[in-house]
Amino acid sequence: MIDPKKSFPILETIVNENKLIYFDNAATTQKHHSVIDEITKFYNKENSNIHRGVHYLSQLSTKKFEESRVAVKNFINAKHNHEIIFTRGTTDSINLLASCYSKILKSGDEIIISEMEHHSNIVPWQMCCENTGAKLKIVPITELGELDLNEFKNLVSSKTKLVSITHISNSLGTINPIKKIINLSHENGAKVLIDGAQAAAHVNVDVQDLNVDYYCFSAHKLYGPTGVGVLYGKEDLLNHLPPYQGGGEMIQEVTFEKTTYACLPHKFEAGTPNIGGVIAFKKAIDFLAETKVETMKKHEDHLLNYATESLNNINGIRIIGTSKKKSAIISFTVENIHHYDLGLILDKMGVAIRTGHHCTQPVMKKFNIAGTSRVSFAYYNTTEEIDYFILALKKAIKMLS
Amino acid sequence: MKSIQNIEEEIVEEFSMFDSWIDKYDYLIDLGKSLDILKDEFKIKENIIAGCQSQVWLHAENKNDTIEYHADSDAIMTKGIIALLIRVLSNQRPNDIIDAKLDFIKTIGLEEQLSQTRANGLKSMIKQMKIYALAYKHN
Repeated sequence: MIDPKKSFPILETIVNENKLIYFDNAATTQKHHSVIDEITKFYNKENSNIHRGVHYLSQLSTKKFEESRVAVKNFINAKHNHEIIFTRGTTDSINLLASCYSKILKSGDEIIISEMEHHSNIVPWQMCCENTGAKLKIVPITELGELDLNEFKNLVSSKTKLVSITHISNSLGTINPIKKIINLSHENGAKVLIDGAQAAAHVNVDVQDLNVDYYCFSAHKLYGPTGVGVLYGKEDLLNHLPPYQGGGEMIQEVTFEKTTYACLPHKFEAGTPNIGGVIAFKKAIDFLAETKVETMKKHEDHLLNYATESLNNINGIRIIGTSKKKSAIISFTVENIHHYDLGLILDKMGVAIRTGHHCTQPVMKKFNIAGTSRVSFAYYNTTEEIDYFILALKKAIKMLS
Repeated sequence: MKSIQNIEEEIVEEFSMFDSWIDKYDYLIDLGKSLDILKDEFKIKENIIAGCQSQVWLHAENKNDTIEYHADSDAIMTKGIIALLIRVLSNQRPNDIIDAKLDFIKTIGLEEQLSQTRANGLKSMIKQMKIYALAYKHN
Protein backbone atom coordinates (compact mmCIF):
# COMPACT_ATOMS: atom_id res chain seq x y z
CA MET A 1 0.00 0.00 0.00
CA ILE A 2 1.29 3.47 -0.83
CA ASP A 3 1.54 5.58 2.31
CA PRO A 4 -1.66 7.65 2.06
CA LYS A 5 0.02 10.39 4.08
CA LYS A 6 2.21 11.25 1.11
CA SER A 7 -0.89 12.24 -0.82
CA PHE A 8 -1.88 14.87 1.74
CA PRO A 9 0.82 17.56 1.84
CA ILE A 10 -0.54 19.37 4.91
CA LEU A 11 0.10 16.32 7.09
CA GLU A 12 3.82 17.22 7.00
CA THR A 13 3.09 20.35 9.04
CA ILE A 14 5.04 20.92 12.24
CA VAL A 15 2.95 22.29 15.12
CA ASN A 16 4.75 23.62 18.19
CA GLU A 17 7.85 21.63 17.22
CA ASN A 18 5.85 18.41 16.89
CA LYS A 19 4.66 16.65 13.80
CA LEU A 20 0.98 17.38 13.31
CA ILE A 21 -1.40 14.62 14.27
CA TYR A 22 -4.71 15.50 12.73
CA PHE A 23 -7.65 13.91 14.52
CA ASP A 24 -10.30 16.47 13.60
CA ASN A 25 -11.53 14.80 10.44
CA ALA A 26 -15.21 14.96 11.37
CA ALA A 27 -14.89 18.75 11.16
CA THR A 28 -13.08 18.63 7.85
CA THR A 29 -10.68 16.22 6.19
CA GLN A 30 -7.39 17.29 4.66
CA LYS A 31 -7.20 17.66 0.91
CA HIS A 32 -5.74 15.13 -1.47
CA HIS A 33 -2.90 16.60 -3.55
CA SER A 34 -4.83 15.92 -6.76
CA VAL A 35 -7.62 18.19 -5.44
CA ILE A 36 -5.17 20.98 -4.69
CA ASP A 37 -3.47 20.57 -8.09
CA GLU A 38 -6.80 20.66 -9.86
CA ILE A 39 -7.80 23.94 -8.19
CA THR A 40 -4.49 25.50 -9.26
CA LYS A 41 -4.89 24.15 -12.77
CA PHE A 42 -8.44 25.45 -13.00
CA TYR A 43 -7.50 29.03 -12.13
CA ASN A 44 -4.32 28.90 -14.24
CA LYS A 45 -5.77 27.39 -17.37
CA GLU A 46 -9.49 26.81 -17.35
CA ASN A 47 -11.33 29.51 -15.42
CA SER A 48 -14.49 30.74 -17.06
CA ASN A 49 -18.14 31.00 -16.13
CA ILE A 50 -20.07 27.89 -16.99
CA HIS A 51 -23.13 27.24 -19.20
CA ARG A 52 -24.28 29.54 -21.98
CA GLY A 53 -20.73 30.63 -22.92
CA VAL A 54 -19.84 29.95 -26.52
CA HIS A 55 -16.12 30.46 -26.18
CA TYR A 56 -13.41 27.86 -25.62
CA LEU A 57 -12.87 28.35 -21.88
CA SER A 58 -16.55 28.38 -21.07
CA GLN A 59 -17.04 25.18 -23.02
CA LEU A 60 -14.13 23.61 -21.17
CA SER A 61 -15.18 24.62 -17.66
CA THR A 62 -18.80 23.64 -18.38
CA LYS A 63 -17.70 20.23 -19.58
CA LYS A 64 -15.56 19.66 -16.49
CA PHE A 65 -18.27 20.99 -14.15
CA GLU A 66 -20.76 18.54 -15.62
CA GLU A 67 -18.21 15.72 -15.41
CA SER A 68 -18.15 16.32 -11.65
CA ARG A 69 -21.90 15.90 -11.58
CA VAL A 70 -21.57 12.56 -13.32
CA ALA A 71 -18.83 11.52 -10.88
CA VAL A 72 -21.10 12.33 -7.92
CA LYS A 73 -24.00 10.54 -9.55
CA ASN A 74 -21.89 7.40 -9.98
CA PHE A 75 -20.40 7.74 -6.50
CA ILE A 76 -23.81 7.54 -4.79
CA ASN A 77 -25.44 5.52 -7.60
CA ALA A 78 -28.15 8.03 -8.44
CA LYS A 79 -30.36 7.27 -11.41
CA HIS A 80 -29.92 10.57 -13.26
CA ASN A 81 -27.24 13.25 -13.45
CA HIS A 82 -29.83 15.97 -12.89
CA GLU A 83 -30.73 14.49 -9.52
CA ILE A 84 -27.42 15.91 -8.26
CA ILE A 85 -27.74 19.53 -7.13
CA PHE A 86 -24.54 21.35 -6.27
CA THR A 87 -24.76 23.53 -3.16
CA ARG A 88 -22.32 25.25 -0.82
CA GLY A 89 -22.33 22.36 1.62
CA THR A 90 -24.53 20.13 3.76
CA THR A 91 -25.97 23.07 5.69
CA ASP A 92 -26.88 24.78 2.44
CA SER A 93 -28.44 21.57 1.10
CA ILE A 94 -30.65 21.21 4.18
CA ASN A 95 -31.62 24.87 4.06
CA LEU A 96 -32.50 24.52 0.38
CA LEU A 97 -34.88 21.68 1.14
CA ALA A 98 -36.29 23.31 4.28
CA SER A 99 -36.94 26.47 2.33
CA CYS A 100 -38.81 24.52 -0.37
CA TYR A 101 -40.82 22.64 2.24
CA SER A 102 -41.70 25.98 3.85
CA LYS A 103 -43.72 26.65 0.72
CA ILE A 104 -45.58 23.34 0.65
CA LEU A 105 -46.19 22.34 4.27
CA LYS A 106 -49.21 23.49 6.21
CA SER A 107 -50.47 23.58 9.77
CA GLY A 108 -51.09 20.04 11.03
CA ASP A 109 -48.20 18.54 9.05
CA GLU A 110 -45.30 17.08 10.96
CA ILE A 111 -41.53 16.84 10.47
CA ILE A 112 -39.47 14.30 12.39
CA ILE A 113 -35.82 14.83 13.32
CA SER A 114 -33.77 13.26 16.12
CA GLU A 115 -32.10 14.28 19.33
CA MET A 116 -28.66 13.56 17.85
CA GLU A 117 -28.91 15.96 14.91
CA HIS A 118 -26.29 18.61 14.18
CA HIS A 119 -27.73 22.10 14.69
CA SER A 120 -27.80 22.44 10.90
CA ASN A 121 -30.39 19.66 10.77
CA ILE A 122 -32.44 21.22 13.58
CA VAL A 123 -32.60 24.96 13.05
CA PRO A 124 -33.72 24.97 9.37
CA TRP A 125 -36.65 22.72 10.34
CA GLN A 126 -37.54 24.91 13.30
CA MET A 127 -37.62 27.83 10.89
CA CYS A 128 -39.69 25.80 8.43
CA CYS A 129 -42.17 24.95 11.21
CA GLU A 130 -42.37 28.58 12.28
CA ASN A 131 -43.20 29.56 8.73
CA THR A 132 -45.81 26.89 8.10
CA GLY A 133 -47.32 25.96 11.45
CA ALA A 134 -46.06 22.40 10.99
CA LYS A 135 -44.92 20.55 14.09
CA LEU A 136 -41.40 19.30 14.80
CA LYS A 137 -41.20 15.88 16.45
CA ILE A 138 -37.99 14.60 18.00
CA VAL A 139 -36.84 10.98 18.11
CA PRO A 140 -35.00 10.52 21.43
CA ILE A 141 -31.70 8.70 21.81
CA THR A 142 -30.76 5.94 24.24
CA GLU A 143 -27.93 5.81 26.78
CA LEU A 144 -25.74 4.14 24.15
CA GLY A 145 -26.32 7.08 21.84
CA GLU A 146 -28.60 5.19 19.46
CA LEU A 147 -31.91 6.27 18.01
CA ASP A 148 -34.88 4.94 19.97
CA LEU A 149 -36.56 3.16 17.07
CA ASN A 150 -39.63 2.16 19.08
CA GLU A 151 -40.22 5.81 19.82
CA PHE A 152 -39.71 6.60 16.14
CA LYS A 153 -42.44 4.08 15.26
CA ASN A 154 -44.76 5.89 17.67
CA LEU A 155 -43.99 9.29 16.18
CA VAL A 156 -44.26 8.53 12.48
CA SER A 157 -47.79 8.75 11.08
CA SER A 158 -49.78 9.91 8.11
CA LYS A 159 -49.22 13.47 9.39
CA THR A 160 -45.47 13.06 8.90
CA LYS A 161 -44.43 14.78 5.69
CA LEU A 162 -40.68 14.61 6.11
CA VAL A 163 -38.20 12.69 8.24
CA SER A 164 -34.73 14.25 8.40
CA ILE A 165 -32.15 12.11 10.17
CA THR A 166 -28.37 11.95 10.19
CA HIS A 167 -26.67 8.93 8.69
CA ILE A 168 -23.80 9.12 11.19
CA SER A 169 -23.80 11.26 14.33
CA ASN A 170 -20.97 13.81 14.35
CA SER A 171 -20.67 13.84 18.13
CA LEU A 172 -21.46 10.20 19.01
CA GLY A 173 -20.22 8.36 15.94
CA THR A 174 -23.37 6.21 15.80
CA ILE A 175 -24.22 4.78 12.39
CA ASN A 176 -27.99 4.93 12.20
CA PRO A 177 -30.13 2.15 10.66
CA ILE A 178 -31.28 4.48 7.91
CA LYS A 179 -32.68 1.79 5.67
CA LYS A 180 -35.10 0.78 8.40
CA ILE A 181 -36.01 4.43 9.01
CA ILE A 182 -36.57 5.03 5.30
CA ASN A 183 -38.82 1.97 5.00
CA LEU A 184 -40.86 2.85 8.10
CA SER A 185 -41.26 6.42 6.86
CA HIS A 186 -42.34 5.34 3.40
CA GLU A 187 -44.92 2.96 4.90
CA ASN A 188 -46.47 6.07 6.42
CA GLY A 189 -46.19 8.13 3.27
CA ALA A 190 -43.39 10.37 4.56
CA LYS A 191 -40.37 11.45 2.55
CA VAL A 192 -36.87 11.11 3.99
CA LEU A 193 -33.78 13.33 3.94
CA ILE A 194 -30.57 11.74 5.18
CA ASP A 195 -27.78 14.04 6.35
CA GLY A 196 -24.73 12.22 5.07
CA ALA A 197 -22.10 14.76 6.09
CA GLN A 198 -20.26 12.25 8.28
CA ALA A 199 -21.05 9.25 6.15
CA ALA A 200 -20.24 9.81 2.50
CA ALA A 201 -16.46 9.38 2.92
CA HIS A 202 -16.71 6.53 5.40
CA VAL A 203 -19.48 4.13 4.34
CA ASN A 204 -20.81 3.14 0.93
CA VAL A 205 -23.85 5.14 -0.07
CA ASP A 206 -26.20 3.79 -2.73
CA VAL A 207 -29.22 6.07 -2.92
CA GLN A 208 -31.19 3.70 -5.14
CA ASP A 209 -30.60 0.73 -2.86
CA LEU A 210 -31.52 2.86 0.16
CA ASN A 211 -34.55 4.18 -1.74
CA VAL A 212 -33.87 7.49 0.02
CA ASP A 213 -35.74 10.56 -1.21
CA TYR A 214 -33.06 13.15 -0.45
CA TYR A 215 -29.44 12.75 0.62
CA CYS A 216 -26.88 15.47 1.27
CA PHE A 217 -23.20 15.83 2.06
CA SER A 218 -20.21 18.19 1.83
CA ALA A 219 -17.15 17.86 -0.39
CA HIS A 220 -14.81 19.10 2.31
CA LYS A 221 -15.45 16.10 4.53
CA LEU A 222 -14.56 13.84 1.57
CA TYR A 223 -10.98 15.05 1.07
CA GLY A 224 -12.37 17.69 -1.30
CA PRO A 225 -12.59 21.50 -1.21
CA THR A 226 -14.71 23.62 1.11
CA GLY A 227 -17.72 25.51 -0.23
CA VAL A 228 -19.09 22.61 -2.27
CA GLY A 229 -21.94 20.35 -1.26
CA VAL A 230 -24.46 18.03 -2.78
CA LEU A 231 -28.17 17.62 -2.48
CA TYR A 232 -29.42 14.46 -4.10
CA GLY A 233 -33.15 14.19 -4.67
CA LYS A 234 -35.34 11.81 -6.63
CA GLU A 235 -36.15 13.36 -10.00
CA ASP A 236 -39.89 13.31 -9.52
CA LEU A 237 -39.69 14.94 -6.08
CA LEU A 238 -37.26 17.66 -7.15
CA ASN A 239 -39.45 18.43 -10.15
CA HIS A 240 -42.41 19.03 -7.89
CA LEU A 241 -40.60 21.23 -5.39
CA PRO A 242 -40.86 24.99 -5.83
CA PRO A 243 -37.56 26.72 -6.72
CA TYR A 244 -35.26 27.94 -3.96
CA GLN A 245 -33.23 31.04 -4.81
CA GLY A 246 -34.05 33.18 -7.80
CA GLY A 247 -31.42 34.47 -10.19
CA GLY A 248 -29.42 33.57 -13.25
CA GLU A 249 -29.13 30.00 -14.46
CA MET A 250 -32.39 28.87 -12.80
CA ILE A 251 -34.79 30.43 -15.29
CA GLN A 252 -36.30 29.34 -18.55
CA GLU A 253 -37.80 32.66 -19.53
CA VAL A 254 -37.99 35.93 -17.64
CA THR A 255 -40.60 38.54 -18.37
CA PHE A 256 -42.04 41.07 -15.95
CA GLU A 257 -45.41 39.36 -16.24
CA LYS A 258 -44.26 35.83 -15.45
CA THR A 259 -41.00 33.96 -15.15
CA THR A 260 -40.76 30.27 -15.90
CA TYR A 261 -38.12 28.13 -14.32
CA ALA A 262 -35.39 26.01 -15.79
CA CYS A 263 -35.44 22.25 -15.52
CA LEU A 264 -33.32 20.18 -13.16
CA PRO A 265 -30.67 20.61 -11.90
CA HIS A 266 -30.43 24.30 -12.89
CA LYS A 267 -33.73 25.16 -11.19
CA PHE A 268 -31.89 24.87 -7.86
CA GLU A 269 -28.53 26.29 -8.92
CA ALA A 270 -29.09 30.03 -9.18
CA GLY A 271 -26.03 32.19 -9.60
CA THR A 272 -22.42 31.35 -10.37
CA PRO A 273 -21.42 28.33 -8.31
CA ASN A 274 -18.02 27.44 -6.88
CA ILE A 275 -16.87 26.19 -10.28
CA GLY A 276 -13.25 25.46 -9.39
CA GLY A 277 -14.35 23.71 -6.21
CA VAL A 278 -16.89 21.53 -7.97
CA ILE A 279 -14.35 20.57 -10.64
CA ALA A 280 -11.68 19.75 -8.04
CA PHE A 281 -14.24 17.74 -6.07
CA LYS A 282 -14.14 15.16 -8.85
CA LYS A 283 -10.52 14.43 -8.00
CA ALA A 284 -11.53 13.65 -4.40
CA ILE A 285 -14.25 11.32 -5.65
CA ASP A 286 -11.77 9.66 -8.00
CA PHE A 287 -9.46 9.12 -5.03
CA LEU A 288 -12.30 7.58 -2.99
CA ALA A 289 -13.42 5.41 -5.89
CA GLU A 290 -9.88 4.18 -6.60
CA THR A 291 -9.05 3.45 -2.97
CA LYS A 292 -12.55 2.11 -2.37
CA VAL A 293 -14.66 3.26 0.54
CA GLU A 294 -14.83 -0.33 1.93
CA THR A 295 -11.04 -0.47 2.12
CA MET A 296 -10.94 2.88 3.88
CA LYS A 297 -13.71 1.81 6.26
CA LYS A 298 -11.83 -1.32 7.20
CA HIS A 299 -8.78 0.71 8.13
CA GLU A 300 -10.86 3.31 9.99
CA ASP A 301 -12.72 0.58 11.90
CA HIS A 302 -9.38 -0.77 13.01
CA LEU A 303 -8.35 2.71 14.21
CA LEU A 304 -11.69 3.10 15.99
CA ASN A 305 -11.33 -0.18 17.88
CA TYR A 306 -7.69 0.44 18.68
CA ALA A 307 -8.33 3.95 20.02
CA THR A 308 -11.46 2.91 21.93
CA GLU A 309 -9.54 0.18 23.69
CA SER A 310 -6.62 2.48 24.49
CA LEU A 311 -8.93 5.17 25.85
CA ASN A 312 -10.87 2.68 27.97
CA ASN A 313 -7.59 1.76 29.68
CA ILE A 314 -7.18 5.27 31.06
CA ASN A 315 -8.75 5.99 34.44
CA GLY A 316 -11.52 8.57 34.50
CA ILE A 317 -12.31 8.46 30.79
CA ARG A 318 -15.92 8.09 29.77
CA ILE A 319 -16.74 7.54 26.12
CA ILE A 320 -19.94 9.28 25.05
CA GLY A 321 -21.61 7.23 22.33
CA THR A 322 -21.09 3.51 22.78
CA SER A 323 -23.22 2.03 20.04
CA LYS A 324 -21.96 -1.21 18.52
CA LYS A 325 -22.32 0.39 15.10
CA LYS A 326 -19.97 3.33 15.04
CA SER A 327 -17.95 5.29 12.56
CA ALA A 328 -14.41 6.40 13.52
CA ILE A 329 -15.53 9.22 15.80
CA ILE A 330 -14.90 9.07 19.56
CA SER A 331 -16.26 11.65 21.98
CA PHE A 332 -15.04 11.39 25.54
CA THR A 333 -14.89 13.22 28.84
CA VAL A 334 -12.19 13.00 31.50
CA GLU A 335 -13.29 13.13 35.11
CA ASN A 336 -12.72 16.56 36.68
CA ILE A 337 -10.96 17.92 33.60
CA HIS A 338 -12.48 20.44 31.23
CA HIS A 339 -12.32 19.60 27.54
CA TYR A 340 -10.99 23.07 26.72
CA ASP A 341 -7.92 22.55 28.93
CA LEU A 342 -7.31 19.18 27.36
CA GLY A 343 -7.58 20.58 23.83
CA LEU A 344 -5.11 23.38 24.61
CA ILE A 345 -2.45 21.08 26.01
CA LEU A 346 -2.83 18.47 23.27
CA ASP A 347 -2.46 21.25 20.71
CA LYS A 348 0.85 22.20 22.28
CA MET A 349 1.95 18.61 21.67
CA GLY A 350 0.85 18.75 18.03
CA VAL A 351 -2.39 16.81 18.36
CA ALA A 352 -5.43 18.45 16.76
CA ILE A 353 -8.68 17.37 18.39
CA ARG A 354 -12.03 19.14 18.66
CA THR A 355 -13.54 20.22 21.95
CA GLY A 356 -16.94 21.61 22.85
CA HIS A 357 -20.51 20.71 22.06
CA HIS A 358 -19.85 19.96 18.37
CA CYS A 359 -23.02 21.85 17.34
CA THR A 360 -25.10 19.16 19.03
CA GLN A 361 -26.22 20.85 22.23
CA PRO A 362 -29.24 18.52 22.69
CA VAL A 363 -26.83 15.55 22.81
CA MET A 364 -24.76 17.28 25.50
CA LYS A 365 -27.93 17.98 27.45
CA LYS A 366 -29.01 14.36 27.15
CA PHE A 367 -25.72 13.17 28.66
CA ASN A 368 -25.68 16.06 31.11
CA ILE A 369 -22.26 17.35 30.07
CA ALA A 370 -20.97 20.75 28.93
CA GLY A 371 -19.01 19.27 26.06
CA THR A 372 -16.60 16.56 25.07
CA SER A 373 -13.19 16.05 23.56
CA ARG A 374 -13.57 14.41 20.19
CA VAL A 375 -11.11 12.51 18.02
CA SER A 376 -12.19 11.50 14.55
CA PHE A 377 -10.12 9.50 12.11
CA ALA A 378 -9.63 9.42 8.37
CA TYR A 379 -7.97 7.01 6.02
CA TYR A 380 -4.53 8.61 6.41
CA ASN A 381 -4.39 8.21 10.20
CA THR A 382 -2.38 5.41 11.80
CA THR A 383 -2.22 3.38 15.01
CA GLU A 384 1.21 4.95 15.68
CA GLU A 385 -0.49 8.33 15.76
CA ILE A 386 -3.03 6.96 18.22
CA ASP A 387 -0.18 5.69 20.42
CA TYR A 388 1.35 9.17 20.45
CA PHE A 389 -2.03 10.75 21.14
CA ILE A 390 -2.62 8.42 24.11
CA LEU A 391 0.79 9.33 25.54
CA ALA A 392 0.06 13.03 25.05
CA LEU A 393 -3.36 12.60 26.61
CA LYS A 394 -1.90 10.89 29.68
CA LYS A 395 0.63 13.69 30.01
CA ALA A 396 -2.12 16.31 29.72
CA ILE A 397 -4.27 14.55 32.32
CA LYS A 398 -1.28 14.44 34.68
CA MET A 399 -0.68 18.18 34.20
CA LEU A 400 -4.32 19.01 34.83
CA SER A 401 -4.91 16.72 37.81
CA MET B 1 -1.16 50.16 46.33
CA LYS B 2 0.91 48.94 43.39
CA SER B 3 0.05 50.41 40.03
CA ILE B 4 -1.27 48.31 37.17
CA GLN B 5 2.01 48.96 35.38
CA ASN B 6 4.03 47.62 38.33
CA ILE B 7 2.01 44.45 38.62
CA GLU B 8 2.22 43.81 34.89
CA GLU B 9 6.01 44.13 35.11
CA GLU B 10 6.09 41.69 38.01
CA ILE B 11 4.16 39.12 36.03
CA VAL B 12 6.36 39.54 32.97
CA GLU B 13 9.39 38.92 35.18
CA GLU B 14 7.87 35.82 36.73
CA PHE B 15 7.08 34.36 33.32
CA SER B 16 10.54 35.15 31.98
CA MET B 17 11.84 32.33 34.17
CA PHE B 18 10.01 29.70 32.17
CA ASP B 19 11.83 28.07 29.27
CA SER B 20 9.10 25.82 27.99
CA TRP B 21 5.39 25.97 27.39
CA ILE B 22 4.97 23.13 29.88
CA ASP B 23 6.41 25.21 32.73
CA LYS B 24 4.29 28.16 31.70
CA TYR B 25 1.12 26.08 31.50
CA ASP B 26 1.92 24.33 34.79
CA TYR B 27 2.21 27.74 36.44
CA LEU B 28 -1.09 28.89 34.92
CA ILE B 29 -2.76 25.71 36.15
CA ASP B 30 -1.41 26.40 39.66
CA LEU B 31 -2.67 29.97 39.48
CA GLY B 32 -6.04 28.69 38.38
CA LYS B 33 -6.20 26.26 41.27
CA SER B 34 -5.26 28.91 43.81
CA LEU B 35 -7.81 31.46 42.58
CA ASP B 36 -10.17 32.46 45.41
CA ILE B 37 -13.39 30.53 45.20
CA LEU B 38 -16.27 32.53 43.80
CA LYS B 39 -19.22 32.27 46.18
CA ASP B 40 -22.20 30.39 44.79
CA GLU B 41 -24.41 33.46 45.23
CA PHE B 42 -22.34 35.14 42.52
CA LYS B 43 -22.30 32.15 40.18
CA ILE B 44 -25.56 33.25 38.67
CA LYS B 45 -26.80 33.59 35.14
CA GLU B 46 -26.43 37.39 35.16
CA ASN B 47 -22.70 37.06 35.89
CA ILE B 48 -21.96 34.57 33.12
CA ILE B 49 -19.74 35.60 30.27
CA ALA B 50 -20.50 33.00 27.68
CA GLY B 51 -17.84 31.40 25.57
CA CYS B 52 -18.30 28.45 23.29
CA GLN B 53 -15.37 26.57 24.82
CA SER B 54 -15.44 27.59 28.46
CA GLN B 55 -17.49 30.02 30.47
CA VAL B 56 -16.57 32.69 32.94
CA TRP B 57 -18.45 34.19 35.89
CA LEU B 58 -17.51 37.73 36.84
CA HIS B 59 -18.61 39.71 39.87
CA ALA B 60 -17.47 43.23 40.75
CA GLU B 61 -17.79 45.35 43.91
CA ASN B 62 -16.99 48.95 44.67
CA LYS B 63 -14.51 49.33 47.57
CA ASN B 64 -13.37 52.84 48.58
CA ASP B 65 -13.10 54.28 45.09
CA THR B 66 -11.56 51.11 43.76
CA ILE B 67 -13.11 48.03 42.20
CA GLU B 68 -12.73 44.52 43.52
CA TYR B 69 -13.22 41.70 41.04
CA HIS B 70 -14.10 38.09 41.71
CA ALA B 71 -14.32 35.54 38.94
CA ASP B 72 -14.32 31.88 38.12
CA SER B 73 -14.36 29.57 35.10
CA ASP B 74 -15.11 25.93 34.42
CA ALA B 75 -11.76 25.51 32.63
CA ILE B 76 -8.56 25.65 34.65
CA MET B 77 -6.39 27.35 32.01
CA THR B 78 -8.99 30.08 31.66
CA LYS B 79 -9.00 30.35 35.45
CA GLY B 80 -5.23 30.81 35.44
CA ILE B 81 -5.50 33.81 33.18
CA ILE B 82 -8.42 35.13 35.21
CA ALA B 83 -6.14 34.97 38.26
CA LEU B 84 -3.61 37.13 36.41
CA LEU B 85 -6.23 39.63 35.26
CA ILE B 86 -7.64 39.93 38.77
CA ARG B 87 -4.18 40.42 40.19
CA VAL B 88 -3.63 43.28 37.75
CA LEU B 89 -7.02 45.00 37.77
CA SER B 90 -8.61 44.25 41.14
CA ASN B 91 -8.46 47.03 43.76
CA GLN B 92 -7.53 49.62 41.18
CA ARG B 93 -9.25 52.91 40.45
CA PRO B 94 -11.87 52.91 37.66
CA ASN B 95 -9.89 55.32 35.45
CA ASP B 96 -6.77 53.19 35.64
CA ILE B 97 -8.78 50.05 34.81
CA ILE B 98 -10.36 51.73 31.82
CA ASP B 99 -6.95 52.85 30.52
CA ALA B 100 -5.15 49.54 31.16
CA LYS B 101 -3.61 48.19 27.96
CA LEU B 102 -2.80 44.78 29.48
CA ASP B 103 0.20 44.33 27.19
CA PHE B 104 1.65 41.76 29.58
CA ILE B 105 -0.59 39.06 28.13
CA LYS B 106 1.17 39.38 24.80
CA THR B 107 4.59 39.77 26.37
CA ILE B 108 4.30 36.51 28.29
CA GLY B 109 3.14 34.76 25.12
CA LEU B 110 -0.47 34.11 25.98
CA GLU B 111 -2.11 36.40 23.46
CA GLU B 112 -3.56 33.37 21.70
CA GLN B 113 -5.71 32.87 24.78
CA LEU B 114 -7.50 36.10 23.93
CA SER B 115 -8.14 35.33 20.30
CA GLN B 116 -11.74 35.07 19.19
CA THR B 117 -11.21 31.55 17.93
CA ARG B 118 -10.50 30.28 21.42
CA ALA B 119 -14.02 31.38 22.33
CA ASN B 120 -13.20 30.98 25.98
CA GLY B 121 -14.88 34.15 27.25
CA LEU B 122 -11.65 35.89 28.26
CA LYS B 123 -11.80 38.65 25.71
CA SER B 124 -15.36 39.41 26.71
CA MET B 125 -14.30 39.22 30.35
CA ILE B 126 -11.78 42.05 29.96
CA LYS B 127 -14.39 44.09 28.17
CA GLN B 128 -16.86 43.43 30.98
CA MET B 129 -14.28 44.39 33.64
CA LYS B 130 -13.82 47.71 31.87
CA ILE B 131 -17.55 48.23 31.51
CA TYR B 132 -17.94 47.77 35.28
CA ALA B 133 -15.18 50.35 35.81
CA LEU B 134 -16.95 52.75 33.49
CA ALA B 135 -20.26 52.19 35.27
CA TYR B 136 -18.76 52.76 38.75
CA LYS B 137 -17.00 55.88 37.57
CA HIS B 138 -20.29 57.45 36.53
CA ASN B 139 -22.19 56.38 39.66
